Amino acid sequence: MSDALLQVTDLSVMFATPDGPVHAVKNLEFSLTAGETLGIVGESGSGKSQTMLAIMGLLAENGCARGRAVFDGEQLLGLPASRLNRIRGARIAMVFQDPLSSLNPFVTIGRQMSAVLRLHRGLSRREALSESERMLDLVQITDARRRLGMYPHELSGGMRQRVMIATALSCRPALLIADEPTTALDVTVQAQILALLTELRRELGTSVILITHDLGVIAGTCDHVLVMQDGVAKEHGLVDAVFHAPRDPYTKALLAAVPRLDAPLTDQATRPDVADPLDKVLTVEDMKVHFGVPAERLLAPARILRAVDGVSLELRAGETLGIVGESGCGKSTLARAMLWLPPVIQAVTQGRVCLLGRELGALDGRALNAARKDMQIIFQDPYAALNPRMTVREIVAEPLQTHDAGLSRDEVLDRVAAVLTQVGLENEHLNRYPHEFSGGQCQRVGIARALILKPRLIICDEPVSALDVSIQAQIVGLLLDLQAQLGLSLIFIAHDLAVVRRISHRVMVMYLGKVVESADRRTLFEHPRHPYTRALINAVPVPDPRVEKARRRTVLTGDVPSPLDPPSGCAFRTRCAHATQRCAAQTPALEPLEASMVACHHAADI
Amino acid sequence: MNRGRSLWSDARRVLRRNRAAMTALIVLTSLTLLVVIAPALSPFSFDDTDWEQMSVPPSLTSGHLFGTDALGRDLFVRTLYGGRISLMVGVVATIVSLLIGISYGAVSGYFGGRIDQVMMRIVDILYAMPFMFLVILLMVFFGRNIFLIFVAIGAINWLDMARIVRGQTLSLKNREFIEAARAVGVSTPRIIRRHIIPNLLGVVVVYVTLTIPQVILVESFLSFLGLGVQEPMTSWGALVNDGAQEMESAPWMLIFPALFLAATLFCFNFIGDGLRDALDPRDRSER
Repeated sequence: MSDALLQVTDLSVMFATPDGPVHAVKNLEFSLTAGETLGIVGESGSGKSQTMLAIMGLLAENGCARGRAVFDGEQLLGLPASRLNRIRGARIAMVFQDPLSSLNPFVTIGRQMSAVLRLHRGLSRREALSESERMLDLVQITDARRRLGMYPHELSGGMRQRVMIATALSCRPALLIADEPTTALDVTVQAQILALLTELRRELGTSVILITHDLGVIAGTCDHVLVMQDGVAKEHGLVDAVFHAPRDPYTKALLAAVPRLDAPLTDQATRPDVADPLDKVLTVEDMKVHFGVPAERLLAPARILRAVDGVSLELRAGETLGIVGESGCGKSTLARAMLWLPPVIQAVTQGRVCLLGRELGALDGRALNAARKDMQIIFQDPYAALNPRMTVREIVAEPLQTHDAGLSRDEVLDRVAAVLTQVGLENEHLNRYPHEFSGGQCQRVGIARALILKPRLIICDEPVSALDVSIQAQIVGLLLDLQAQLGLSLIFIAHDLAVVRRISHRVMVMYLGKVVESADRRTLFEHPRHPYTRALINAVPVPDPRVEKARRRTVLTGDVPSPLDPPSGCAFRTRCAHATQRCAAQTPALEPLEASMVACHHAADI
Repeated sequence: MNRGRSLWSDARRVLRRNRAAMTALIVLTSLTLLVVIAPALSPFSFDDTDWEQMSVPPSLTSGHLFGTDALGRDLFVRTLYGGRISLMVGVVATIVSLLIGISYGAVSGYFGGRIDQVMMRIVDILYAMPFMFLVILLMVFFGRNIFLIFVAIGAINWLDMARIVRGQTLSLKNREFIEAARAVGVSTPRIIRRHIIPNLLGVVVVYVTLTIPQVILVESFLSFLGLGVQEPMTSWGALVNDGAQEMESAPWMLIFPALFLAATLFCFNFIGDGLRDALDPRDRSER
């Protein structure tokens, strides 16, 4: 193709490691025409990011790239740094996953943005600043002039990503490479950023390469898609063709693994047989966790952060309760309060937690530790949750040694081996360290540790959000199986609604420390009552280009307000389309509305 | 799966494959053995003057392998005796500071809040005490005694260790695996012992290998001021100082003790590097 903006032929990337060469990318070919959006999708380690780094000449020291990558008639591989520096930033711009680590924390937004403009476009300081302001307006940042004087930490995650996009686009590049630009963001913010990218592309005619692991993101934004696995292109074609008639088995498997919000509700999440289904495993009554935050100024009153503000819930045997909400809504704090874990419990100002009829707050240290046997937690980051200096055997045996000190070494080993088999790990894994495992395997070790004491309740705090889609599906399947076998009760905390929909019997939606809606799964997803629930469900991208392109998204504007300074009345009113004066004056209570519990003054009318 | 792996047995295996560290370990062990055993085999004693052989260079015929000092004392025996003191000060004072520093720092960092505030202010107050003043005070009250040197050096050195350990603990204690241990019901002392301290080792080991040479040097400084070991007993620091004054007329008086001192310090550094790598399971794939 002669009109290709970027033509990549036979690109291979290799890394020299002490264990011999590692091929990250093998014989990759693709091309991109001007104004087109290409989505590159693949799981971690598929070489999708390394491809882009190779093209940009940003490979790590031990990496080397072969082949051809012709951008606008110029072979990029092997160009001297001085020439590359004039292309990078000016003609090809990049946006990375984590906007916080891509921005220098010590320099104001305005100076960082204008540095790029002054370098590549030779603008004066004043011109660069006014151009930066114009770019911030373009990416829909309000009050742009004031934001220029701010430091990165003063902005929210979504706002930082907007700044990154504005910086990247400020030199009018012909090509924008976005490497997982929305992975670190909440769904509602993700929807905003994706809408913005699509709009800007239309306005400026920039070509975009979007690297992501989320097929839903690709479906709504891209023209072409390239599926990669282990450094090899598995499938390449128009989005419609690839999504609706995938030819490669890997693409099929990937598409099948993605939980979809529009999939028919299966009864996979049926309750396991338990002796007494009305048996209450956990009750939480009016839980409030208020952290004191030191005052900003001397003599100013100390501020209170209401992380959890009056949450009540009940969990029966064999039941799964899903808790969803954006980051900062207090779901993790609630999890720790339910487990009665320090230091969170020191901030519990009100409320009771009863586990199997025992009130945790009333127990003394020893009795509390004994009670912990019945409840366990699984964490988000599978690596951080395992002590890097202990072997899997030591990690999984620890709960047993803590609660059953009388067991002999052989008995402990037998139990550990048995529980590892249960979570799908082999005996040969016993003596390995966490860093020798993949993320999914580490998560299995974490589950084994939680299971070994045969608890009644497991609280899962975002257990799959750090994992690849196919691994996510495996872990969710494992949790469902274990629940069916053992009659476990689960509390499943996540920001991914599709996963929650698959696993939960009941779902609770939280916003700024309060429950805004709570209902059984079918009711909540089919007839959401609260405007926030609707917005959340609406923001989730569906991995189906036809559905994505047909639907008109009502994008939720703005960010979650600071929990330090929540809006009066209904906390959601600042982002709500239905807000009235009554919402500002009066806090809505959580009240029954048909089959749901909703906290909204207008739930019945909308 | 029959034989379990543990942090320590694995560390031993990795350390054995580290050539520099193993060489250093062998050299250091032989040095220690030499220092302990050899003086007994020598015909000379560390404080006897050989009236015939004052300030003579090393020779095999006279039996003074390293020569003698200005007072005719055999330098070989004196160097080894000095080594006893120096090694002992280095190791004992470091162990003292290690034990106090790690437990104090880990407790302070783990509990945090008010406990941490009080414990760290105590450290600050001790920091403010002038070291020399403390040593002189101890000397005045208890007379000159080599054990006072241990006490004085140990009393100062654990402060640094406590601060380093506390900082590391603060960042460790909010990690999820600590939370997981708490959720299981593992007792606090056990969390500190099993989860916090093993993860501190890398930093601590490096610090220790820096501390031992530092302590040996501090001791020689005290000896130089006349506050350390008392003549005729000696240490490497004292010998180097004496030797430095005769450097031009009798170079052997400087060279031999300095050589021993330098070799020991090198060994500790290599062993420290090796230990740090060996104690970190994550680094293993690269070696």
